[in-house]
Amino acid sequence: MLNIFVCVKQVPDTETKVIPNSDGTFIETSSIKWIMNPYDEFAVEQALLIKASNAGATVTVVRVGGSKDTEALRTALAMGADEAILVEAGDNLDSYMIAKAIKGAIDKSGKKPDLVFAGKQAIDDDCLQVPQLLAQMLDMPSVSVVVGFEMNGTKLNLKREIEGGSLEVYEVDGPVLVACNKGLNTPRYASLPGIMKAKKKPMAQHSLADVGVTDADRRVKYSGFTLPPEKPAGKKFEAMEEGQRAGVVKDVVGLLRNEAKVI
Amino acid sequence: MNFDYSTEQKEIKETTMKFAKDVMIPKASKYDHDATFPQDIIEKAWELGFVNTCIPAEFGGVGFCAVDSMIITESLAYGCMGMNTAIMANDLALLPIVIGGSDEQKKKFLTPFTEKPLIASFCLTEPGNGSDAAGLKTTVKDAGDHWVVNGEKMWITNAGFADLFVVYATLDPALKHKGICAIVIDPKESSGIEVGKPEEKMGHKCSDTRGVRFNNVKVPKENMLGGPGEGWKIAMKTLDHSRPMVASSAVGGAQCAYDYSAKYASERIQFGKPISSFQSIQFMVAEMAMKIEAARLLVTKAAWLVDNHQPNTQLASFAKAYAADACMQITTDAVQIYGGYGYSKEYPVEKLMRDAKLIQIYEGTSQIQRLVIAKEIFSRR
Repeated sequence: MLNIFVCVKQVPDTETKVIPNSDGTFIETSSIKWIMNPYDEFAVEQALLIKASNAGATVTVVRVGGSKDTEALRTALAMGADEAILVEAGDNLDSYMIAKAIKGAIDKSGKKPDLVFAGKQAIDDDCLQVPQLLAQMLDMPSVSVVVGFEMNGTKLNLKREIEGGSLEVYEVDGPVLVACNKGLNTPRYASLPGIMKAKKKPMAQHSLADVGVTDADRRVKYSGFTLPPEKPAGKKFEAMEEGQRAGVVKDVVGLLRNEAKVI
Repeated sequence: MNFDYSTEQKEIKETTMKFAKDVMIPKASKYDHDATFPQDIIEKAWELGFVNTCIPAEFGGVGFCAVDSMIITESLAYGCMGMNTAIMANDLALLPIVIGGSDEQKKKFLTPFTEKPLIASFCLTEPGNGSDAAGLKTTVKDAGDHWVVNGEKMWITNAGFADLFVVYATLDPALKHKGICAIVIDPKESSGIEVGKPEEKMGHKCSDTRGVRFNNVKVPKENMLGGPGEGWKIAMKTLDHSRPMVASSAVGGAQCAYDYSAKYASERIQFGKPISSFQSIQFMVAEMAMKIEAARLLVTKAAWLVDNHQPNTQLASFAKAYAADACMQITTDAVQIYGGYGYSKEYPVEKLMRDAKLIQIYEGTSQIQRLVIAKEIFSRR
């Protein structure tokens, strides 16, 4: 029996206009529409593809975050995952706490993970840390930015994208953590029968304390959230006549050197 | 009182809107231009369970309530009003079977639609009878061990691709609505069905619309729904169910026009400022938002009444007339906000304006809806 775990994060919809909250301690979340992190969709899809060709395989999705909206977990269940685990927590956990909470949740499920999938990064804070931290805690290898996946028994052939568009090919023995990139597969839509079936699927809820995470685990503390300064208006140089051009060039070079400090 | 969708309804909205944006919108313009039937889109939608949502669970369907179907229809019409018409016409044709059919009829006619992406057509309107539907001339005669159907139907959606026709015909035109019967005709098992050429239309171009002629078509006795003379009641109940859906498609089309307009108005710069900073534009967009919300609330209540087994004739007509008229106004204003670009086929809003017009016409014109409403008001005094 193959035990597959998928880490999903709920992130603001890509069209959200992000603003800091009133005391500047986090972003304003009250009016945000939440979606499953798009890279996690590739992770869920890959897990479901493996489940389809391995009788008895189970897919468990794990999320750490608020319990008010459970969009990401419900979407994963409606796509076809078997069960879900929610670790209830605030929004401003750091990567280490999240990884430790997921590790705790996997331990608590009593299932030994054969494969763990995650998106390569979450599109909200773009930390790119949780998959690697979690793999370390689970004592398993990890491969990130994966765009190709083949499995023969416990042997995995993974392709990852590197700079310049080349591919690195890895042969890995499972258990392994795979952090997925766009291009790995085409995530399915949640079907209506899938949504109705998801209602009856189990969703376990734990607190941070249940999975052994305390505030002493915090490695990163946010000191404040502000919008970037507004871009000043551009400068326009008029040089309609031949005679003006030399002067304009001199002005522009001077500004680039002394003000913008780029040359 | 609760104005919130359930968790499942939110998910239905989410997944259908994603489908509308990712699958339908990118192809809407091409299908409109070529006027080709969106077979591939219908098949994809069918696989995800978005088609034939009226089929009860015991016959293999999802057995969705009217409010759920309303949510689906709004999303699909957001993607393309024309494609949605092709999809919604299936539900319209199957509803009479759900409403008036026996269990054997439901099993025989509905179950195949849950196994394959089949297409169905609802045949009520005739060349000489649109709004005056009860005056239909197509006849059904008792020929001992079978029925014989003769007559001509007009503006039949999906006719060129239909695997099943639900046809309204009369035992005797003198009986008026009391003579009308609803009959299921399987074109594979019948001869004498002549399907006309596709009509060239202003909008909803990808939906297939044709005339259909029935020439001495023999129909098995067991294909009549609800018995002789029951057809009118079945047709009216069908429309009570389907009008909120049609109204919902108007909300979807209007929402799409609104989204394009609000975005364009924020980006289009004139006199050194986005045109959204001008009151004339602001008022148009504010009016759009207000009417969409009002229309959606009317549609939701009309559908909610169906789910709660309460009479909804008046509310369904409120919803259909209001939403269709709002959609026409909103899509027209969208073209206005886009200006010259709005009139060009390079931009998406002129198609929305063409598509909106049909919603004021089919399944009871906006004027017929007002007649229905007035009848409901004065028949009780």
